[in-house]
Amino acid sequence: MDDASDPDFNRRDVLVGTTASFALTGGGTAAAQPIAVSAPVVSKVAFRVNGKDQVLDLDLRTTLLDALREHLNLTGTKKGCDHGQCGACTVIVDGRRINACLSLAVMHEGDEITTIEGLGTPTDLHPMQAAFVKHDGYQCGYCTPGQICSAVAVLDEIKAGIPSHVTRDLTGTVELSPAEIRERMSGNICRCGAYSNIIDAIEDVAGVA
Amino acid sequence: MRAFTYQRAASPAEAAAAALKTPGAKFIAGGTNLLDLMKLEIETPPHLIDVNGLGLDKIEPTKGGGLRIGALVRNTDLAADAKVRKDYAVLSRALLAGASGQLRNKATTAGNLLQRTRCPYFYDTNQACNKRLPGSGCSAIGGISRQHAVVGASTACIATHPSDMAVAMRLLDAKVETVRPNGQTRVIPIADFHRLPGTTPHIETSLQPGEFITAVTLPKPIGGTHIYTKVRDRASYAFALVSVAAVIQTDGTGRIALGGVAHKPWRVEAAEKELPRGAKAVSAKLFANAVPTPENRFKLTLAERTLAAALLEAKG
Ligand SMILES: Cc1cc2nc3c(=O)[nH]c(=O)nc-3n(C[C@H](O)[C@H](O)[C@H](O)COP(=O)(O)OP(=O)(O)OC[C@H]3O[C@@H](n4cnc5c(N)ncnc54)[C@H](O)[C@@H]3O)c2cc1C
Ligand code: SF4
Ligand code: FES
Ligand code: FES
Repeated sequence: MDDASDPDFNRRDVLVGTTASFALTGGGTAAAQPIAVSAPVVSKVAFRVNGKDQVLDLDLRTTLLDALREHLNLTGTKKGCDHGQCGACTVIVDGRRINACLSLAVMHEGDEITTIEGLGTPTDLHPMQAAFVKHDGYQCGYCTPGQICSAVAVLDEIKAGIPSHVTRDLTGTVELSPAEIRERMSGNICRCGAYSNIIDAIEDVAGVA
Repeated sequence: MRAFTYQRAASPAEAAAAALKTPGAKFIAGGTNLLDLMKLEIETPPHLIDVNGLGLDKIEPTKGGGLRIGALVRNTDLAADAKVRKDYAVLSRALLAGASGQLRNKATTAGNLLQRTRCPYFYDTNQACNKRLPGSGCSAIGGISRQHAVVGASTACIATHPSDMAVAMRLLDAKVETVRPNGQTRVIPIADFHRLPGTTPHIETSLQPGEFITAVTLPKPIGGTHIYTKVRDRASYAFALVSVAAVIQTDGTGRIALGGVAHKPWRVEAAEKELPRGAKAVSAKLFANAVPTPENRFKLTLAERTLAAALLEAKG
């Protein structure tokens, strides 16, 4: 049998070729540590989402975002960047907003999670959802669930006296102002640039418009 | 992301011992840096040790009149703490200038200190990078280096440390408290914690394998006017090009530390003696041995002007 007709030949050739090109760029292996090739590990996690108890068997690598979207079919929460850079995945966990893409589901055992679906329903909108509709706080709508979850938490943060980058007097009380709202919403990017209407909606709910 | 196994640690000493047991194991706190890097397979830990349940989330007074900040205190809570806002305002300011509200709600004190560089070549696994893959070279040298270090760098690596919080910690002479896998504890002055890249840019701190941070302590308050001025490409939710942390006393003396210019928070105590002579004199001392690239030479001017702005603000 000559080499060319050997069914293994091409595959072996490809493998060698791949190794060589890795060596040339010098960056083929990303990590400094030895690579342990191990099988996925599945684990049970229990948490409450929008008031409902959930128990899931998940690959440990599953982020909270993928658990919500892919396992609970709560697709209101969006995946934009998957790296903490856009805010589309913002949900509220135990009263605090976080990026669901940068958190492992298994690390939320026992947590109380609120997504856009839990804030309100089409027939019973949360005031922030209603304000976004009223002020046209979106174009494509992709960033909107994250914007709304973030906005709800932002008003709570100001109420709780948590300071921000634009708080002038750190020892005084934190004021509810347009500047404070803008700075606190910087973790939510809107590619459509609906920012001015988003701010109008939040200011309306906050009562500073 | 590579597969990994997972455990919840029951105590700091157990966490440290577990980390030594599995080579390459990592602690996970807020996860906001580690998971980002794991998704890109820049970090590939075979085992994660969740350290969130250890009760290290408290801020307490120390006997010496300072503060002990638990390693797991969230950046939001540290910035909002009444004592920090009153006596260590530069730390609150630095924290609030970093990341976003969502990220600060998860990010922890220890995780923030240990966050890794934002060098774009470190993030691109197709590029040579001595920090990611020792011995492979440095793509930033001769590459796009606008955001890289201007001082303290080496021919192996010109990355910067991206943390804002760490700059304030350096200014305040914080100390890092740790426990090692053998159960021994030690205290590392922040000045000795982060390393310059030298020939081993992949070794970023003085922590030993498995060593676990339990707390960061601050000495008693030093008074003065506290300022953190950060210059970046957009007004919020961006890493620093240059940042200046300053505590200035009424007689014009004080302390200065800079972010965005080196592999670690950049503080030169001798430069602080020049404070009465103004920003130019201080800058000359801070950057006496600077080696900028053609693309980031502007940082030297920017640093001097940012320092001047900070000193002006301190005068009120
Ligand atoms: C989009 C984006 C923008 C950002 N902007 C900024 C910014 O402008 N300024 C800024 O300063 N930061 C910024 N950050 C970085 C952010 O501050 C860090 O990701 C965060 O502080 C890391 O903390 P963590 O608890 O999530 O760490 P983790 O991701 O959990 O851990 C980070 C590292 O620390 C180790 N570790 C954690 N705890 C311990 C411990 N107790 N002992 C020993 N090792 C430990 C882990 O093993 C890991 O190697 C940004 C991040 C993102 C994603
Ligand atoms: S500057 Fe450092 S982190 Fe960036 S490519 Fe060079 S070695 Fe890697
Ligand atoms: S998807 Fe989580 S921040 Fe972009
Ligand atoms: S409405 Fe389209 S991204 Fe914001």
